[in-house]
Amino acid sequence: MHEIGIAAAIIESGQAEAARRPGSKIIGIGVRVGVLAGVDNDALRFAFSALVAGTDLESLKFEIENCRRRNRCQECGNEFESDIYDASCPQCALGDILLVGGDELELAYVEVEEI
Amino acid sequence: MTVIPIEKKVLNENQRIAMSLRSRFEEHRILCINLISSPGSGKTTLLEQTLARVGPEEKVAVLTGDLQTENDAKRLARYGFPVQQITTGGVCHLDATMIERALASWSLAQIDLLFIENVGNLVCPSSYDLGEAAKVVLLSVTEGEDKPPKYPSIFAKSELLVLTKIDLLPYLSFSMEQVRANARLVHPGMEILEVSSRTGEGFDQWLSWITQRRQQVYERICALQV
Repeated sequence: MHEIGIAAAIIESGQAEAARRPGSKIIGIGVRVGVLAGVDNDALRFAFSALVAGTDLESLKFEIENCRRRNRCQECGNEFESDIYDASCPQCALGDILLVGGDELELAYVEVEEI
Repeated sequence: MTVIPIEKKVLNENQRIAMSLRSRFEEHRILCINLISSPGSGKTTLLEQTLARVGPEEKVAVLTGDLQTENDAKRLARYGFPVQQITTGGVCHLDATMIERALASWSLAQIDLLFIENVGNLVCPSSYDLGEAAKVVLLSVTEGEDKPPKYPSIFAKSELLVLTKIDLLPYLSFSMEQVRANARLVHPGMEILEVSSRTGEGFDQWLSWITQRRQQVYERICALQV
């Protein structure tokens, strides 16, 4: 349960990004969370809403985009999306794989409006 | 209303410190290994038996993380190598700042091999880069064979799986074949070792894996310096 810390980091960086645009106010934050990021959507939403409750950010919109797992086969070079639990290469089925996506935990955008 | 694309890691600050730790480790030719497992899988015992087998001339150091108590550091300090306990006070993982702070009191020139024993947890530690060269995940045979698909993140991100407590296999219905198959579905090509910290079985392979990784660190750094 480290989603509180992550939600706090999201709010903090969202505010920092908005602060770089004087005359605007932050109204929404979008994040990208990979299936292997070790972060639970519901827990993250819960943490986010708990942190903004009762503050001037209470109405802040929060959007999570989940990203699938992506792998590159070290044997045949094939790049493919896969299930979290089964990343065997659909082309050669024997290669060592390199994780190339699915562990994202990124601030995707902030939405601002003029004050 | 304007949408501004950002494309920045949420744990940007952790990442920045982890990258700085990684380059300091490379500069000092340190192999840093981040050990991760459930509570009670045998991280501390594996480290104890590892320290008992390395020569006193080796420059090995250990950072050990727990929510509370100095127990692990006390156990590990008996082997004569520098050991520091990081008590997180309730935080479920170690982060790069904790490592940076702990290392401030040590001279990196006096370390060749640094073990970080993470807080016992298969979830949260997988999100925090500590600047390590490799994550190693432990799974004891008294746990389930299906831990890799249950906690795919840490198994996908760890270079090596160490199956521990194999001396207990005769008393359990744990299937080595099944756990290996599960781990290699989540992480095709994953290296897997089997050890018993009680009997010492498998330690030759574990120690030679470390030696091999140290050699790789050394060669990569030499290549960078040419």
